Amino acid sequence: MKIAILLKQVPVKDATLKVNGDGLWIDEDNVTFEINESDHYGLEEALRLKEKHDGEVVVVTMGPERVKESIKQALAKGADRAIHINSSGYSNPDPIAHAKLLCAAIKDENFDLILSGLQSDDLGYGQTGVLVAEMLGMAHATLVMETDVQDGKIKVKRELEGGWFQSVELPLPAVLTIQSGLNQIRYATIKGIMAAKRKEIKEIAISDLGVSDADASGIQMHKIYLPVKTKQTVVLEGDTADIVSKLVDKLKNEAKVL
Amino acid sequence: MKSPNPFDFYNMNALLSDEERQVRDAVREYLRKEVQPEIRDCFREAKFPLHLAKAFGELGLLGANLEGYDCPGLNNVAYGLLMQELEYIDSGLRSFASVQGALVMYPIYTFGSEEHKQKYLPKLAKGEMIGCFGLTEPDYGSNPGGMITRAERVSGGFKLNGRKMWITNASLADVAVVWAKLDGKVHGFLVEKGTKGFQPKPMHGKLSLRASDTSEILLDDCVVPEENLLPGSNGLKSPLMCLTQARYGIAWGVIGAAIACFEESLEYAKGRVMFDKPIAGFQLTQNKFAHMMTEITKMQLLVLQLGRMKDKGEMHHAQVSMAKRNNCFHALEIARMSRQVLGGNGIMDDYVSMRHANNLETVITYEGTHEIHTLVLGEAATGIQAYA
Ligand SMILES: Cc1cc2nc3c(=O)[nH]c(=O)nc-3n(C[C@H](O)[C@H](O)[C@H](O)COP(=O)(O)OP(=O)(O)OC[C@H]3O[C@@H](n4cnc5c(N)ncnc54)[C@H](O)[C@@H]3O)c2cc1C
Repeated sequence: MKIAILLKQVPVKDATLKVNGDGLWIDEDNVTFEINESDHYGLEEALRLKEKHDGEVVVVTMGPERVKESIKQALAKGADRAIHINSSGYSNPDPIAHAKLLCAAIKDENFDLILSGLQSDDLGYGQTGVLVAEMLGMAHATLVMETDVQDGKIKVKRELEGGWFQSVELPLPAVLTIQSGLNQIRYATIKGIMAAKRKEIKEIAISDLGVSDADASGIQMHKIYLPVKTKQTVVLEGDTADIVSKLVDKLKNEAKVL
Repeated sequence: MKSPNPFDFYNMNALLSDEERQVRDAVREYLRKEVQPEIRDCFREAKFPLHLAKAFGELGLLGANLEGYDCPGLNNVAYGLLMQELEYIDSGLRSFASVQGALVMYPIYTFGSEEHKQKYLPKLAKGEMIGCFGLTEPDYGSNPGGMITRAERVSGGFKLNGRKMWITNASLADVAVVWAKLDGKVHGFLVEKGTKGFQPKPMHGKLSLRASDTSEILLDDCVVPEENLLPGSNGLKSPLMCLTQARYGIAWGVIGAAIACFEESLEYAKGRVMFDKPIAGFQLTQNKFAHMMTEITKMQLLVLQLGRMKDKGEMHHAQVSMAKRNNCFHALEIARMSRQVLGGNGIMDDYVSMRHANNLETVITYEGTHEIHTLVLGEAATGIQAYA
C-alpha cells in the first residue's frame, strides 16, 4: 500500500506570538515550529497501516527550509521518503493554491491513500485534504477516528457533532483527514534518527511544478491581531443547589470546559 | 540582535549537528512527557521505575555510543546530550543508563570475548537485561586498588570471596561485572543473578539518589565458570577505563540537573513578589542568576570540546577529570542556590531543586570524589602524585 501523509509545520502551541511589521502575519523570527498536531496523528496512522499492510509511507510537505526539521522527524519515526515543496519566498494563504501545488507534486505517484491532518493549527481552514481529493478525483472522508483497510476499499469511523459517529466505506484510492487522538503517537528512536539520514528527501521548487496560477488567491489578508482579553466577574446568587446548577451551566456553555 | 537564551547563553546549539539536535529533542520530548510526571513519587518511595529499562532500550538510550550488537553507535556529543536529558529529570535515571552503558556494556565490549558480546550486549542494549558494576568496597572507596575481594582458581572456574558496597542496580541486575584480585592483580568477572554465593542486599535510608537502586553485594564462595573472566581485563587500569567513560557521561549529565534548577528558580523569582516587587528584581537574586548562567555556559563549553576530542580519539582521562570535577561542583552549587531562591517552597518535593541538590551530593562523590579529581589534575599539572 502506497500512502502519503500531507504534513505541515506550524508554530509551537505555547509560542508567544507577535504581529509583524505590515500587520499581515506573525513575526516568525523568534518562533519555534513543530509538526501540526493532527498531522502527527495522520503520520502515526499511516505508519500503522504500513506495518499492517506493507508498502510505503511518503511525507509530503510544503514550506520553507525550516520544514526539513519536521520532515526528518517524520522519517525518524519510520516514514520511508519525503517530498519537500520548497516554498521559500512564496506567501499565498489560499488553500486552493496550496492544493494545486501539492497535487502537481504527487499526481504521478498514484497513492492508494493520502492522509492529512484535520486542519492546521495556524490557518485552520481544514480544506487542503478535501481539495486535494477533489482535484485528484479521489474519494474522501473528513474527521476520521478509525480506519480499516479491506480489499480495494477502506472503512472509516467519522466523528460528528455531539458525540455521534458515522461509519462509512470508501473505494481506494482515497483521501482521509485525520482527527487528533485516534491513536497513540510513537516517539522517534535513536536508531530511527540514524536510519533517517539515509532516506531520500526530494526537493521541488514551486516554479518547477508548472502551476501557472500558483499566485492567484481568493483570500486576502487585511489584518491579523491578537485576541483582546477581557475580564469579567459575575457573582452567582441563590442557595447552594441553585449556585451549583448555574455554575455548571456556565462552565458547560460559556467557558466550555465541561 | 536577539537577546541570548539564558539556558544556552553562548548558543552551543549552533555548534551541534542536525543529528545531535534531533537526538536531544526526541529524547527530551519522551522523557519530559512520559517520565517527568512519575519521578517525584519514585524519589519519595525510593524506587527505581523498573518498567523504564525496556522503554529506554527501545529508544536506544542504553550503550548508545557503542557500535554493533544492536547498539545505535551515536557519537559522543549526542551521547552526552542523552545523559543531559536524563539527568534533567533525575540523576537516578542517568545513573541507571551510565552504569548499564559505560560500566557494564563498555567493559564487556572492551574486555569481553566474542561470546560475551553476543550473549550480553544485545539484551543489555534492549533493556531486557540489567547490569551492575562492583568495584567499591566498604574499606576501599577512593583507593580501589586496595580491594580485598579475591578470586581463586578452582576446578572449572573461579571462586570469588569479598564484599562490595554502594553498587548501583545490584539488586535489579541480571549480570554483575565484579572486580576482584586474581594472583594479586585486578580482573573483571561476570557473575549472573542467582549464582550461588552471590547475594545483593539493598541499602536503605539514602537521602540522595533515591530513585535508583544502591546495594551491597556479598560474595561468599561464589563460583563462576572459567569463561566468565573478562579475558581482556588486566589490572586496575581496566576498571579505571570504565570509570573514564562513566565520568564523561556524568560531566554532561549534571548540566541537565543544573538547567532544571535554574529554570525552576528563574521562573519562580519572576512571579514571587516580596517587598512589593518580584524577587527577580533584587540585586542579590540577580547575582545568583548571573552566577548560575555563567557556570552553566562554562560547563556546556567544557563538555562540548571534550566530546569532540573523544570522538577524534584524543581525549585524556585527566581532561575528563576536569569536566567531572568542575561540572559536578557547579551543578551542586546551582541546585543549592536555586533551592534558596525558592524560599520555604524550596524544601518541598513539588519543586525539583532540592531533589537535584540531594542527588548531586552522590554525583560529586561517586566515580571519583571532588578531591580525588583535584589530585588527578594536580598530578597533570605538576607531574607529582599526591594521593598517598
Ligand atoms: C549512591 C551511590 C552509588 C554508587 N554506585 C557505585 C557503583 O555502582 N559501583 C561502585 O563500584 N561504586 C559505587 N559507588 C561508590 C563510590 O564510587 C564511592 O563512594 C566513592 O568512590 C568514594 O568512596 P568512599 O565512599 O569509600 O569514600 P572515601 O574514599 O572514604 O572518601 C571519604 C572522603 O575522603 C576524601 N579522600 C579520600 N582519599 C583522599 C585523598 N587521598 N586526599 C584527599 N581526600 C581524600 C574523599 O574525597 C572524601 O571526601 C556509589 C556511591 C554512591 C553514594
